[in-house]
Amino acid sequence: MRFFKRTNIDFMRYQWPALVLSTTINLLAIGSFFFQGLNFGLDFTGGTVIEAGYKQPVQLSEVRSALAKAGYSEATVQHFGSSRDVLIRLAPKNQVESTAAVSDRVFRALSAAAKGQVDLRRAEFVGPEVGSELAESGGLAVLYSLIGILIYVWLRFEWRFSVGAIIATIHDTIVTVAVFSLFRIEFDLTVLAAVLAVIGYSLNDTVVIFDRIRENFRKIRKGTVLEVVNLSINETMSRTIITSGTTLVVVLALFFFGGQVIHGFALAMLVGVAVGTYSSIYVASSAAVMLGISRADLMPVKKEGAQLDQLP
Amino acid sequence: MNRYPWWKNLLILAVVLAGLIFALPNMFSQDPSIEVSAARGSKVSSATVGELKAVLENAGVPYKGVQTLKDDRLLVRFGTSGNQLEGQSAIEAALGDRYHTALTLSPDLPGWVRFLGLRPMVLGLDLRGGVHVVIDVDMDAAIDQALERYTDDIRSLLRKERIRYLGVTRDKGRLAVRFGDAQTRDRADSLIHEEIPDLELDTGEEGQSYYVYASMTPSSVASVKKFALQQNITTLRNRVNALGVAEPIIQQQGDRRIVVELPGASDPGRIKDILGATATLEYRLVDTEHSVEDAVNGRVPPSDKLYKDRSGRPILLQRRVIVTGNEITDASAGFDQRTGQPAVFVSLDAQGARRMRNVTTENVGKPMAVVFIENRTETRLVDGKPVKRKVRTEEVISVANILEPFGRRFQTTGLDSSREAHDLALLLRAGALAAPIEIVEERTIGPSLGQDNINQGFESVVIGFILVVLFMAFYYKVFGLVADTVLIVNLILVVAVLSLLQATLTLPGIAGIVLTVGMSVDANVLIYERIREELRNRNTPQASIQAGYDKALSTIVDANLTTLIAAITLFSFGTGPVKGFAVTLFIGILTSLFTAIMGSRAIVNLLYGGKRLQTLPV
Repeated sequence: MRFFKRTNIDFMRYQWPALVLSTTINLLAIGSFFFQGLNFGLDFTGGTVIEAGYKQPVQLSEVRSALAKAGYSEATVQHFGSSRDVLIRLAPKNQVESTAAVSDRVFRALSAAAKGQVDLRRAEFVGPEVGSELAESGGLAVLYSLIGILIYVWLRFEWRFSVGAIIATIHDTIVTVAVFSLFRIEFDLTVLAAVLAVIGYSLNDTVVIFDRIRENFRKIRKGTVLEVVNLSINETMSRTIITSGTTLVVVLALFFFGGQVIHGFALAMLVGVAVGTYSSIYVASSAAVMLGISRADLMPVKKEGAQLDQLP
Repeated sequence: MNRYPWWKNLLILAVVLAGLIFALPNMFSQDPSIEVSAARGSKVSSATVGELKAVLENAGVPYKGVQTLKDDRLLVRFGTSGNQLEGQSAIEAALGDRYHTALTLSPDLPGWVRFLGLRPMVLGLDLRGGVHVVIDVDMDAAIDQALERYTDDIRSLLRKERIRYLGVTRDKGRLAVRFGDAQTRDRADSLIHEEIPDLELDTGEEGQSYYVYASMTPSSVASVKKFALQQNITTLRNRVNALGVAEPIIQQQGDRRIVVELPGASDPGRIKDILGATATLEYRLVDTEHSVEDAVNGRVPPSDKLYKDRSGRPILLQRRVIVTGNEITDASAGFDQRTGQPAVFVSLDAQGARRMRNVTTENVGKPMAVVFIENRTETRLVDGKPVKRKVRTEEVISVANILEPFGRRFQTTGLDSSREAHDLALLLRAGALAAPIEIVEERTIGPSLGQDNINQGFESVVIGFILVVLFMAFYYKVFGLVADTVLIVNLILVVAVLSLLQATLTLPGIAGIVLTVGMSVDANVLIYERIREELRNRNTPQASIQAGYDKALSTIVDANLTTLIAAITLFSFGTGPVKGFAVTLFIGILTSLFTAIMGSRAIVNLLYGGKRLQTLPV
């Protein structure tokens, strides 16, 4: 069975409109970071989160007044999943104590005020120092993996491909994170892990196309650079769509059935896989073309020893 | 054509078989269980088994069985986690004073699996419930304490050698010893240099004063820090063991942090109190000669210190400490025989006992006070910057007249409840912390959420997996079935490696497995698309198989290696959830490389290798 006849789309014809599109999206994304910022989760800001399960549905106002009585009027309270589950957040503020004991006090206040039994489902506390450390180590992890990948692609291909791959990866990272910024969705450690997975995925996609471009350059002696790149993208098209499709199916399963805790993870993957597929064609390949890849750069290096042997 | 040598097939078969064996323990259900261990002074014996059974039967809680474990513990298995919780409260109520209980999950393995030493994957706290805390050790305080000790050492050294000094002061991590003339200063300098080689010395003058400046060498600073961390880990381990939690993990993280993981722990508040507490006792004589009112008004005699008791009443105690918590070798909780009040029974070491005997002999009939001291460190945000603040609580918990000289063992009363007596005894017994600590991160997952996470996690993986498997079979026919086989084997191998390494599976870890499934599918798709392409180019089926695998190889390796680089960096720089994700991703990439390249080729070779083919079902 086949979904696609051999396609013959002139992808590179749209490289300039695509450049405009990518640039606009990225500018919007950066604008969103600038004006909206990111809704950082507890992992990075520090603070306390408590998830409590009630036996009966509970009014948020009841929970709020119980908290206010215990001196936590600045807490944000919301339903989580169902009307019997409540999520309480306490951000670290000036002069407000920020210790692991807060979660116990809050939970005791809830238990005292509730009619039935309250079940402590989750309590998380991150100290302010740890929060900034986690943010720093997370940022470093992204940076180092980018550098590692840059070096690998450079060694395996050529610097123009390497730069193309990195631009595409940065593009995907920015767009994925921007979705979290635009819609004010919480950005925590699990989402950061997803962003790193997106980097891996996007690269995977890019490398597959690059591999084919290199192979075709060596095989086909005629044709312009653009023609070869177009041919390579078309040849890998059905693979690209099937792989992206199956990955999306799996990620959708995570998104709908994986539970609240990995919801953010699945969302980031969802965005990242879609954007990653686009970017391997219109960012990575385009960038490599614009940087001026040529057939000569990719010819296998002739062994010097072989020539020397033939010398008289 | 397209045949593997026999040894290659055998190797693949061996790996798959090994994978099946190591993954096997995960097939058996995990029973919600309670681990019962003896509290202080009690023992677990065969009689305990009978007691437990009787308690559970009385309470009407169904259980699956009671089993004796190594090192004096019992395991009670239940059918559901509801029964497990009911069972725990029943046991706590009836036998709580003699035994500790801890919730745990234990696999119901048949004897031969256990005999082979096979174990299932370790589930992370997010999947089984429990308390995870990260503890920061206050290294500045550890250094301060070390400098304090050096101050004492220098003082007693100079006194012993009869060298006149005018004072020892401490400023900015440096000690300044003041002398009246240069000659004395130089003598002291060479003496300190000889006797305390850990200090770096420098000299200086200021007007009529001559100074020796002493600071700790970098290597002694490092060893003080290392000692503080090690000592705190030991103390925390003692405390955790006394809490009776099943399978606790206490680990160093970085150079000043300690991670404590307590699976199944059910009362995070109390656990944090015990872990973070630096409570200790001090015994002091009450000053009966001076007036308390004068002291409250600001005229505290120089030899005294003003304290408050639990109800806030002021009380004047002598500055001199008779015995401190450091000299307590053992402590247990109980009740005072005459009054029935909760009490802590304390044993002292030889030095402490001697001092206690001397002081009490001289002061029979006079009152002695017990001071309860607790140090806590709190971090507050001031103008957006974290500022550490030390909180020290000192209260007099009991005052009693000395009826007769004390010896090595005696009791202390005045505690609020028997719970407090228990906790204080535990803290005294576990030893003091070498440096103050602070809990800087806590993640508690209740057992109900843990169960939900397991169910949802596995459900989503299974759903995604089935959809992909159906699609592959549908789209690539026989080759799709080959890919499906390979995917299943890959999943088994990931589980096997996780069980073998006893790596922890977390929820992000499950997400990592999902991503690996995607990568593994991709490898197969790359190969099959290549084979189709070769067939379209009118190559023979056999040549197409050969070329398909060969040409896809470099692409697959490139793609997987880049992801592997990402996984390794994630593992090295990530913490917590990120690490859990990286572990499964790393393992998954390696197994999927093996299965997609070698495993699937082996199956295809067995199916089609060496045969005359007109078409390929791909």
